[in-house]
Amino acid sequence: MPNTINIPTPLRPFTDKKESVEVSGATVGELLADLTTRYEGLRRHLYADNGRLRNFVNVYLNDEDIRYLQREQTPVKAGDTLSIVPSVAGGAPTTATPAGRDVDSGLHPSTDARGALSDVEGQTRLTGADELPNLSPEEIQRYSRHLIMPEMGMDGQRRLKASSVLCIGAGGLGSPAAMYLAAAGIGRLGIVDFDVVDYSNLQRQLLHTTNDVGRTKLESARDKVVALNPHVQVDTYEEALSSENAMRLFKGYDVILDGTDNFPTRYLVNDACVLSGIPNAYGSIFRFEGQASVFATKEGPCYRCLYPEPPPPGLVPSCAEGGVLGVLPGVIGVIQATESIKLLTGIGEPLIGRFLIYDALKMRFRELKLKKDPECPVCGTNPTVTKLIDYEQFCGVRPEPQQAQTTGAAVNEWEITPVDLKKKLDAGETPFILDVREPNEYQINRIPGSTLIPLGDLPRRYQELPRDREIVAHCKMGGRSAKAQDFLKSVGFPNVKNLKGGILEWIDKVDPSQPKY
Amino acid sequence: MALSLQPGIADAIRAHGTETYPNECCGALYGRDGVVTATHALPNTTEEGPRRRFLVRPQDYRDAEKRATELEVDLLGFYHSHPDHPARPSQYDLDHAWPFFSYIIVAVRAGTPEDMTSWRLREDRSAFDEERLTYAEHNQHPDTASSVHG
Repeated sequence: MPNTINIPTPLRPFTDKKESVEVSGATVGELLADLTTRYEGLRRHLYADNGRLRNFVNVYLNDEDIRYLQREQTPVKAGDTLSIVPSVAGGAPTTATPAGRDVDSGLHPSTDARGALSDVEGQTRLTGADELPNLSPEEIQRYSRHLIMPEMGMDGQRRLKASSVLCIGAGGLGSPAAMYLAAAGIGRLGIVDFDVVDYSNLQRQLLHTTNDVGRTKLESARDKVVALNPHVQVDTYEEALSSENAMRLFKGYDVILDGTDNFPTRYLVNDACVLSGIPNAYGSIFRFEGQASVFATKEGPCYRCLYPEPPPPGLVPSCAEGGVLGVLPGVIGVIQATESIKLLTGIGEPLIGRFLIYDALKMRFRELKLKKDPECPVCGTNPTVTKLIDYEQFCGVRPEPQQAQTTGAAVNEWEITPVDLKKKLDAGETPFILDVREPNEYQINRIPGSTLIPLGDLPRRYQELPRDREIVAHCKMGGRSAKAQDFLKSVGFPNVKNLKGGILEWIDKVDPSQPKY
Repeated sequence: MALSLQPGIADAIRAHGTETYPNECCGALYGRDGVVTATHALPNTTEEGPRRRFLVRPQDYRDAEKRATELEVDLLGFYHSHPDHPARPSQYDLDHAWPFFSYIIVAVRAGTPEDMTSWRLREDRSAFDEERLTYAEHNQHPDTASSVHG
């Protein structure tokens, strides 16, 4: 039995002026196919070149938009009526793209109009085709594997070209993310980093090669990205992200890609994303496990909805202390880049409200559902955090006094510097040197004469330590040994010092013959 | 091609553009045989920033067709304003245009209406063609001109 399709006014000239047409088929798609077979002239107005219904063509099955049913696969029953309903849309030309770059439309709004535009459209990610930059023949060749996929196509690629992503960090996560985003044809890539390439980075940070050791990560990153794709505009910021500069640095970017490795910066990135209305493609890695999500979208949760408070300082070790499987950031960083591309082009289902956990050892992905917390201090209904705060303080991390950093002097009686320890040893003193690292770290390097008791074993084994001698505890950088020191004091050891800067500083200042990790 | 505006129509469109400035306005055009006899202001429901975009919701479109039937006229097209931009269609207008409709654009500069133009989509969707706007004399059809605001 045939079904009826109601034809809107502007399409009636194609249907011999008929307001409705009888067609047959089992699904909405089949009815529309029958319609366009009978009236060929309709096709180009209903379907885009990629064969999909144009986005301003609405199709209603009885009174329901098929987008909320099964779209063109929606089955139809006898007597169902289909209606084609135009969305009438348009607008003035604009020269401001989401990335804030000019394109050649030949029309320029006044400065005032453009300033206002960015305010009004600050949240808008999907823009009209007229504002998007064109692709050169070389670019078309370069991106051809994107262009032949209807989901991406010319529009998606031009959207990428008009878009910008800011990578926080050019390390483990930032490396694959930046490289894939550049290769994929992102228009502008920002990178914030202030670090220098070290040998220990090369196991996973693929932006940097052996020849780059000693260079700034930004210089090294820029070279690689430009070599990969000269069409990408690379903007580098050699500064530590802080509450003072975050809002300024984020401004004008469409997505922030969080590749940080510490809690203060992670909370800072989250809050700055919420406050500036820019989504956060989040990832983090530790040992064999990685996490990823998309935070701070308009409707979705933020990092604080998941973790309102940071963990106590020192509870969660950093990668420098706990280690990380070199390929792990490859997986997670690429997920962040994937999510960025999806957000920018509007394709697929973004990782919003979902928290992805990847276990490399078991080779398993798990997914947790996240909800926006109405009580969230930053994105909730009554936010208490309305501007950026002191995140070091929030996370309970004591900033090191400047003087200690520059002079290498111990800052209190509970610390000893490597130089002072060496002097003691040279003077014939015999402090008990306690190494609280793990056995595999002890295999790499050690202070001569030290005794290994890993931090986790200390509560069982502290009786092995001499109570009548000075104890100098150390680990790699000083974090774990500070905990060992607190523990030993709590069980009555009167004289325990922490080796400032750990074995790394010992190697730097006293014994450069040993390898660092 | 030409589109004729009954008295009061052009003024109603200009007034609507001034009213919504700096945002875009939009509305429906009703009439018969190339003569616009009534307009109907519609809400601009775009979520992409109303200073540069307009969108007529499907429901409003359906109502507009219904109203045309009630008034025993045809839905001839739509008008919208270009705040601080020339009265020329954008690529975005072209991408979203429907055939056989007349698209009137009024430029509104700093709150003051300026040029008004009308456009029709080519059947192959490749471009717009401008259609001449003519203004009917006051004494021509004095009783048919009306402006519906809703």
